[in-house]
Amino acid sequence: MPTIQRSALQPIAVPQTRNTLSARKRFSQENLMKILFVVPAGLYIALFFGYPVVKNITMSLQEYTTRTFFTGEAPWVGFENYVTVFSSNLFSPALLNTALFTIGSIAGQFAIGLALASFFKRRFPLSNFLRSMLLLPWLLPLIVGSATWRSILDQDSGILNRFLEAIGVIQDPVPWLTSPAVALTAVVLVNIWVGIPFNVTILYGGLQDIPDELYEAAALDGATGWKAFRHITWPNLQPVVSVVLVLGVVYTIKVLDIILGLTNGGPANATQTLAVRSYQESFIDFEFGVGAAYSNVLILISLLFAIIYLRANRRAVDE
Amino acid sequence: MNTRKKITAVLAMAAVVPLTFTACGSGGGGGATSGEDVKTLTVLDSYNNEPDKSILQAAIDKCAAQVGVTIERTTVPGKDRMQTVLQRSSSRTLPDVLMLDNPEVKDVAATGALAPLGGYGVDTAPFAGNSLDAVTHEGEIYGLPLPADTLGLFYNADLLAAAGVEPPKTWDELKAAAAKLTVGDQYGLAFSAAATYEGAWQFLPFMWTNGGDETKLDTPEVKEALQLYVDLVNSGSASRSVVNWTQADVKDQFLAGKAAMMINGPWQIPALAQAPQVKWDTVQIPVNKPGQTPTAPLGGMVWTVPMTGDEAKQKKAAEFVECTGSEDSQMALGKARHTVPVRADLHEAYVKELPTMEAFTEQVENAKARTGKLGAEWPKAGTTIYTAVQLALTGQASVEDAFSRASAG
Repeated sequence: MPTIQRSALQPIAVPQTRNTLSARKRFSQENLMKILFVVPAGLYIALFFGYPVVKNITMSLQEYTTRTFFTGEAPWVGFENYVTVFSSNLFSPALLNTALFTIGSIAGQFAIGLALASFFKRRFPLSNFLRSMLLLPWLLPLIVGSATWRSILDQDSGILNRFLEAIGVIQDPVPWLTSPAVALTAVVLVNIWVGIPFNVTILYGGLQDIPDELYEAAALDGATGWKAFRHITWPNLQPVVSVVLVLGVVYTIKVLDIILGLTNGGPANATQTLAVRSYQESFIDFEFGVGAAYSNVLILISLLFAIIYLRANRRAVDE
Repeated sequence: MNTRKKITAVLAMAAVVPLTFTACGSGGGGGATSGEDVKTLTVLDSYNNEPDKSILQAAIDKCAAQVGVTIERTTVPGKDRMQTVLQRSSSRTLPDVLMLDNPEVKDVAATGALAPLGGYGVDTAPFAGNSLDAVTHEGEIYGLPLPADTLGLFYNADLLAAAGVEPPKTWDELKAAAAKLTVGDQYGLAFSAAATYEGAWQFLPFMWTNGGDETKLDTPEVKEALQLYVDLVNSGSASRSVVNWTQADVKDQFLAGKAAMMINGPWQIPALAQAPQVKWDTVQIPVNKPGQTPTAPLGGMVWTVPMTGDEAKQKKAAEFVECTGSEDSQMALGKARHTVPVRADLHEAYVKELPTMEAFTEQVENAKARTGKLGAEWPKAGTTIYTAVQLALTGQASVEDAFSRASAG
């Protein structure tokens, strides 16, 4: 609309002085309007995103401990907190665990999510009901979910080991949460369970957008089943897939409550991740500076994936 | 017309302005002006679950009546306590009376947020010396302990009798008893070796009883205690799941009959009373060699008086805190919560009234404060302890190397 108005106004000849005056007035008014439209969003971002990020960065450069809360003093220590982080013996295991946890969770969530979404694409009795039941893990508070899983995964009396023993899959109970060699896998399995609803929901939406005619046409050419998936479903799902994967990474990399609920970073630090380190430094040891440094490392990694996401998104829009 | 409007407006303003001023007056300078007449005190504590919440309320009400104030009480969950304290201290809204866990007191006192009780003439003489170790910072006492708890050995009397096993007094007896009591899916012993301070707290009784020292963990005394843990788990007398059990889990295992003995504290007694079919009793922590004294960590909360800047209220708060330390208050709270009064002069009467608490009372008398030697450095030592225990129990490190590996961070 504004463009049409402007072009309609332009040809009208008005005396020079009045023209510039009113134009300036109109210009500034228009600008003011623009600014006013942006201000609420800008304020919101500055307050709820800008301030915490800036505060987190400054905090990571300070000696910020319990004392700071009482005295208000937080001496600047430069990069000392980062040195503490990078020279900690737990840093590289935590980084590796974060990577394994994220990759394992995403791979499992995505594969199972896609399989379930394709399955539910067909209509059958109760399909809608069953699909909504899939959302259950999403609705359950994570702390409740992890407490329940902790008892399911108990080595001696947990129902999972009892079940596996009963059907003869295993002879000895699996030390799900008690062996450093298995604990990370167990935590990943639980996180896959948590993430499936998200993946199913988004991928199902993506599948619904693929026109049925494509499948009908392909079926005439003899492409059904796996071939149809490979040549129709997969290419058409690409934009949705990239969204799911990148958001999945950003959500998974910072997972804290599940790990705290299941193992608290143990046994023997086998499930320490960067998020757990950050939490423990800040809220257990009250070394807020070091905790902030850990979380900044985490933010940087997330940012990397966010940028990939934005670029992928822009490319999708351009296309 | 116009002038009349103006006049009414001025009158209205004149009526409102004094109101705002009085509001400011009573809010800001209340303490300074009404110094002699403190009517209310705010209290923050972390007994947010029943029955503890109402039990503590009764104790608070009694002392409030005695001191002549009304109490505005706020409770937060225990795990949020320190965060709440930090938030409220940075916004200068600390309560008049604050409950802290005893290992937190030195750390908070060191920041200057607490008022030393000596300045208000609070009599701390009747309190047992070990109970004041955790609340003394640079020679000043910063809090009065509530009745204390500690750790001991609970045993299932029926299971022990059936197996013909006596409650163990030494580590060798403990290992033998635990082995004998391990049958089917029942373990001999349950304890918590979790990757939290709970795990460190549970290891301390064995370490201290054997003469170990938290300021120097890489010693034979400490390693012997760790070896005991490793032996118990590797022989199958204790579940491998101990590395993931909280003390509440340990109690559940005991109640379910899946553990014949457990290391736990008297705060579990109300839960044990819910299952009368399990007949239990307690003894002190077994010792490694004859002649050693069972030494467990001293647990329990502390009442403190934060520096709120309102001298009159702080004085009144100190009076309130002193009342909680009185014989009556300590005895009543101790009986209701199965915690041991920290006044040595009450122990005899206390055990007479609560015979089940005999072992725990003696254990409290010899208990040590976690922050007694290390103060604000205790959390670091605690982390090293639970990490070393986890490394050794999961086979990631030998008993010999566990502490040096763990302390490397």
